[in-house]
Amino acid sequence: MKIIFKDFIGSNFFYSFSHSPVAICSFLIATSLIFCAIIAPVIAPYSPYDPATLNLMNGFSAPLKTNEFTGDTFVFGADDQGRDIFSTILYGMRISLFVGFSAVLFAMVLGVFLGLIAAMVGGITDAIIMRIADIQLSFPSILIAMLIFGIAKGITPPEMRNQMAIWVLILSIGLSDWVQFARVVRGSAMVELQKEYVEAAKLIGVHPIGISLRHIFPNVVPSVLVIATISLALAIISEATLSFLGVGAPPTQPSLGTLIRIGQGFLFSGEWWIIFFPSLALLLLALSVNLLGDWLRNTLDPNLGIK
Amino acid sequence: MLLKIENLTIEYPDRFGNFRAVDKASLKLARGEILGIVGESGAGKSTIGNSIIGLLQTPGKLVGGTIELDGQRLDLLAQPGFNAIRGKKVGVIFQDPMTSLNPLETIEAQLVETISLHSNLSKTDAKLQAIELLNDVGITSPMERIKQYPHEFSGGMRQRVVIALVLAGKPDLIIADEPTTALDVSIQATILKLIRALCRKKNVGVILVTHDMGVISETTDRVAVMYMGKIVEVNETKKLLSKPKHPYTKALISAVPPSNRRVHRFSRVEFNQGRQNPVAIDLGSHWIGETIHKLDTTTTMLNVRNLTKIFKPRNSLFSPKIESNVAVNNVSFKIAIGETYGIVGESGSGKSTIARLISGIYKPDEGSIQFDGLDLLNGKKLKEHKKKKREIQMIFQDPYSSLNGRMKVGQIIAEPILIGGFRGNQAELNLIISDLLAMVELDADAARKYPHAFSGGQRQRVSIARALASRPKFLICDEPTSALDVSIQAQILNLLKDLQQKLKLTYLFISHDLPVMRQVCDRIAVMKKGQFVEENAAEAIFNAPRHKYTQDLINLMPKFEQ
Repeated sequence: MKIIFKDFIGSNFFYSFSHSPVAICSFLIATSLIFCAIIAPVIAPYSPYDPATLNLMNGFSAPLKTNEFTGDTFVFGADDQGRDIFSTILYGMRISLFVGFSAVLFAMVLGVFLGLIAAMVGGITDAIIMRIADIQLSFPSILIAMLIFGIAKGITPPEMRNQMAIWVLILSIGLSDWVQFARVVRGSAMVELQKEYVEAAKLIGVHPIGISLRHIFPNVVPSVLVIATISLALAIISEATLSFLGVGAPPTQPSLGTLIRIGQGFLFSGEWWIIFFPSLALLLLALSVNLLGDWLRNTLDPNLGIK
Repeated sequence: MLLKIENLTIEYPDRFGNFRAVDKASLKLARGEILGIVGESGAGKSTIGNSIIGLLQTPGKLVGGTIELDGQRLDLLAQPGFNAIRGKKVGVIFQDPMTSLNPLETIEAQLVETISLHSNLSKTDAKLQAIELLNDVGITSPMERIKQYPHEFSGGMRQRVVIALVLAGKPDLIIADEPTTALDVSIQATILKLIRALCRKKNVGVILVTHDMGVISETTDRVAVMYMGKIVEVNETKKLLSKPKHPYTKALISAVPPSNRRVHRFSRVEFNQGRQNPVAIDLGSHWIGETIHKLDTTTTMLNVRNLTKIFKPRNSLFSPKIESNVAVNNVSFKIAIGETYGIVGESGSGKSTIARLISGIYKPDEGSIQFDGLDLLNGKKLKEHKKKKREIQMIFQDPYSSLNGRMKVGQIIAEPILIGGFRGNQAELNLIISDLLAMVELDADAARKYPHAFSGGQRQRVSIARALASRPKFLICDEPTSALDVSIQAQILNLLKDLQQKLKLTYLFISHDLPVMRQVCDRIAVMKKGQFVEENAAEAIFNAPRHKYTQDLINLMPKFEQ
């Protein structure tokens, strides 16, 4: 364990990280946001999911001002139903991050699997997989997500809809996102397949499945990691977009997108904080993850030549 | 004196401090003289050339010494000042003629542009001069060919055009950085002759940077030997080659395969990287030796008959019909047990295709391959067939792409052992791995490292150990040393010879390098355009070549005689 840690500190990866202010900043912001979201029940002053604690009299409280009726103070203000914006952001980020991570994981497993099969088998299998990918790419991914979301919602029984909403969201974002993974994995796998070590493995008698798992897959992991990080930011935004459009997270469990939708109605009547703080949180989260992904790509892909 | 370099020191700062690429190098060059700079990769030869024209790769910087060209101090020059030097005073010929010409413009456009840049000639005069230059560099019917694009020229002709481009600026000094390394032997000789003739005729100084001792001995007047950034010896070429003083020069020269005779082993390879004391392994009782004694030494190991492979391009809807390429055309040969059989030929002659047909990576269109009594192309008894096929292993050209960078060396070597049905425990497996590493003269702790921790030569040793881990009878060596430095090449060739004796291996050795072939092979086949033109015992091929093509190849190979 000690040796692994020492190796990591001495590695080029860590060197590049410790010499990139952008990477350090975005890493700190991303991890602290994620950490806050995880421990939300501990640090949030109110529970936005518990209707019993809500007081309509707190509605539209401005940030840091004591409400004249109830005497409560909210750091980021309160929304129309008297929900504390700060607490709701914390809980909303939980949903955004959970959906984002799960959707990327789902898209990654599916995409890597299909991409490897396309590269290894080739021929008609490759053609079918990649043409499906092409067709899907010719529609905006948010449209695909909405379509899948709509179909899935139609299939689930009405009483299950609120419980299933999050899973349906994950499924629809994941299914709209696998194409990136499949394309990148197929491309890098085909480069690797040309290399002589694959030929050596064939001569040794390694089974094609062994070749793809032991030899090809570990060599495409760096590209997959890069795509995964950038996709995470996109997935978080997709989730926010779907929730903003009212087809995402259920109203009882507001995510960042839901908050922005609610706030949008009050933007011009003076209650700016309802939309401002959730948007800021979304911006910080997506931007830091995206910058981290950019740095990761530059570090892991020496061919780009960006130092 | 045209060029005077004194105490030149160039450093590359990196995360571990400053790396000294060139360390207090001093050189002199007169007009009409060819100075060779020879050394192995990373010795700093190209860095000297690049510093003269102010093209050091970032973050490299000149930290000491002087460069004087015709009395002008180049080391004090700022970047804009070099525009008056590059092309006009110093011309550069790079290694790859493919990338130094613009594929979108005709030769005429490129030459006329260069000539007008350096003189105030009119377009028509510039064109006349361009035609004259093409004539100078030996391009036949330059009037017609000047209108062509670079892709219409062959590799050697392209390099001639590059030389014409360099001459267009009427430089005083030409730096030729590995000008023939990307070319076939037959073209190499003519290009070198051309550079030599032009140097005398136009009275320019030439710096020839190369790793090839044969090129040095045939072309240069004086030579500087570089080792790890230092110039260890400078002398007239003849004197240096016949009476080398520095121990590194001696080692380097003794590692070059002589073209005129066969040496049993390369003697002095003391600047080596393997371990010093090879461990003796008793093969009689060892796992590695288990299969050796079952060999029947009287039969043929490999019998190839009428082998033909045609690469048919896929005719898609949009691309026009492309002609299919006959890579291997009706080739037959036999290899006896314990023999080293060589196939020599230029690039594209189909020699690597034969290797891949035998190893089973490609399927032949016609012909049969019998390996150790088994028909390789009819795999009816699947299990036995698979087992037999694993007795054919291969050593590849590029040590950087032939090892999986995500696996530790121990895992790389363990894989074939486990697939071969090894039934022992982990400790026994580790013992076999460290013994295999010892056989290729690597330390046992190499097993715990990843390939990137090793140099090219060491990687090639790992690659050999992996091949041996399948307990093969037959090894295909496809240009196993052409990506390596000469001294490393000598070590690998020695190693292959030792292993052949110990393990009674049979080799198919594929190379374009005739002197190397002479050292290793018992019999040699000469291949041209998919066919064997001549096959004979190695010495007979060199001493009495029968076919015209073989005679040409042997006449044109760079002579390096000790």
